[in-house]
Amino acid sequence: MTSAISVTDLTVIRGRTRILSEFNLEVESGAILGLLGPSGSGKTTIMRSVAGLQRLTGGSIKVLGTLAGDKSLRSRISYSTQDASIYRDLTCSENIDYFAALQGHVSSSTDEILELVDLSRNRKQIAATLSGGERARLALATALVGKPEILILDEPTVGLDPLLRRDLWSLFHRFTDEGKTLLVSSHMMEEADHCDELVLLRDGSILAKGTPRELRTQTGVENMDAVFISLVEKP
Amino acid sequence: MNPLRTFASAKRILLQLKHDPRSMALIIVAPCLLMTILKFVYWSQPQVFQNVAGSLLGVFPMLVMFLITSVATLRERTSGTLERVLISPVTKFEFIFGYAVAFGIASAVQAIVVSTYAIGPLGLNVIGSQTGLIFVAILDALLGLALGLFVSSFAKTEFQAIQFLPIVLLPQLLLSGLLAPREAMPRILESISNFLPLSYAVDATKKVLIGQGSITNDFLIISLFLVFLLGAGSLTLRRTTK
Repeated sequence: MTSAISVTDLTVIRGRTRILSEFNLEVESGAILGLLGPSGSGKTTIMRSVAGLQRLTGGSIKVLGTLAGDKSLRSRISYSTQDASIYRDLTCSENIDYFAALQGHVSSSTDEILELVDLSRNRKQIAATLSGGERARLALATALVGKPEILILDEPTVGLDPLLRRDLWSLFHRFTDEGKTLLVSSHMMEEADHCDELVLLRDGSILAKGTPRELRTQTGVENMDAVFISLVEKP
Repeated sequence: MNPLRTFASAKRILLQLKHDPRSMALIIVAPCLLMTILKFVYWSQPQVFQNVAGSLLGVFPMLVMFLITSVATLRERTSGTLERVLISPVTKFEFIFGYAVAFGIASAVQAIVVSTYAIGPLGLNVIGSQTGLIFVAILDALLGLALGLFVSSFAKTEFQAIQFLPIVLLPQLLLSGLLAPREAMPRILESISNFLPLSYAVDATKKVLIGQGSITNDFLIISLFLVFLLGAGSLTLRRTTK
């Protein structure tokens, strides 16, 4: 297996705050890597760095063999931010059409994408009038247009009902079956089991990494919250 | 340049305007209302109305587009949509071009309605062509857009962005020849006004009104300002942030 994303010694300092210190990460191509940790642990900064939006203090990031932020990557990566970055004064389908056009093609699959995130009924609804969860799904939908090989999704399932969350995770697995690579963050430990590989973060450093099974074996506890606690409190 | 990507942003911005009929109405109705007030203020001095209202036709598009652009681009910056646009294959040029096309169309509509209203019911006397007026108005609107784009990067909130109006536009307005002819101002003020883009916008409008003089020079100077300001504005659209 080759690495789709490889982060080497990533350091990010914002003002006087050291957000990440020599952080390392490898994401195999065709896998879902989950970045798990409480809010403020550096998840978003890692994702922004991989997307090429973050000015790095040190280290380097390669995405699909090219330096992160390179022009050639723009049509190959998609990034969905934590707070829905969509146009609130446009309808759902207009938002999707626009983000498709930015990729340079007409979106013939707008309906299909809305179907995927269960927003078909809200097609003509102005985004500002959607509920928080619906807005999050619309943001996710706009990240699915085009043919991205790497999806960077910041808290994509937050605030969604369990059924929809299950559907989205099965959608994400369908993506990896097609060879796409996903970098997904969450602050909810119970999301862990959907990921192939996990990185548990706290205060910008890695608490542990491995498959969900490996982490359970390592700590000897079953519940993911308990795994996290036992890793933090480990002497 | 990919045509689909280039016109994507223009289409999107026009759709946003379409969903906001109140703003559209304000863009068009507000100048008409102001013109009407002016007509009555100078009821006994028709010549003054002729001068001031004429020049204002060149000022409105710039003022309005400056405000809209600074708030719209600031909104794109704070909502995260700008980031998403910038990491897509779209180039900064295509993005700015989208804004120019969309707001160019909006200001053309504004200019057509406001100038027709001023010429008809208000009896503004235009010796040059109305088409000339509309052309100058679009140019002024683009100037407002370029200034707004540039200035919005210095503001962190919409509240701050609005504060740039008195700082950036009011001095230009005072010195543009709207209140007193530029030639009649103290030498130093006149020299300063030579470096301000709005002066040329007002000059060009006045020339079209009286149907005398060529606006080629004004057009060239405004275009230079445009290229410079849009260039500076595009530098403020940064892909990476700290």
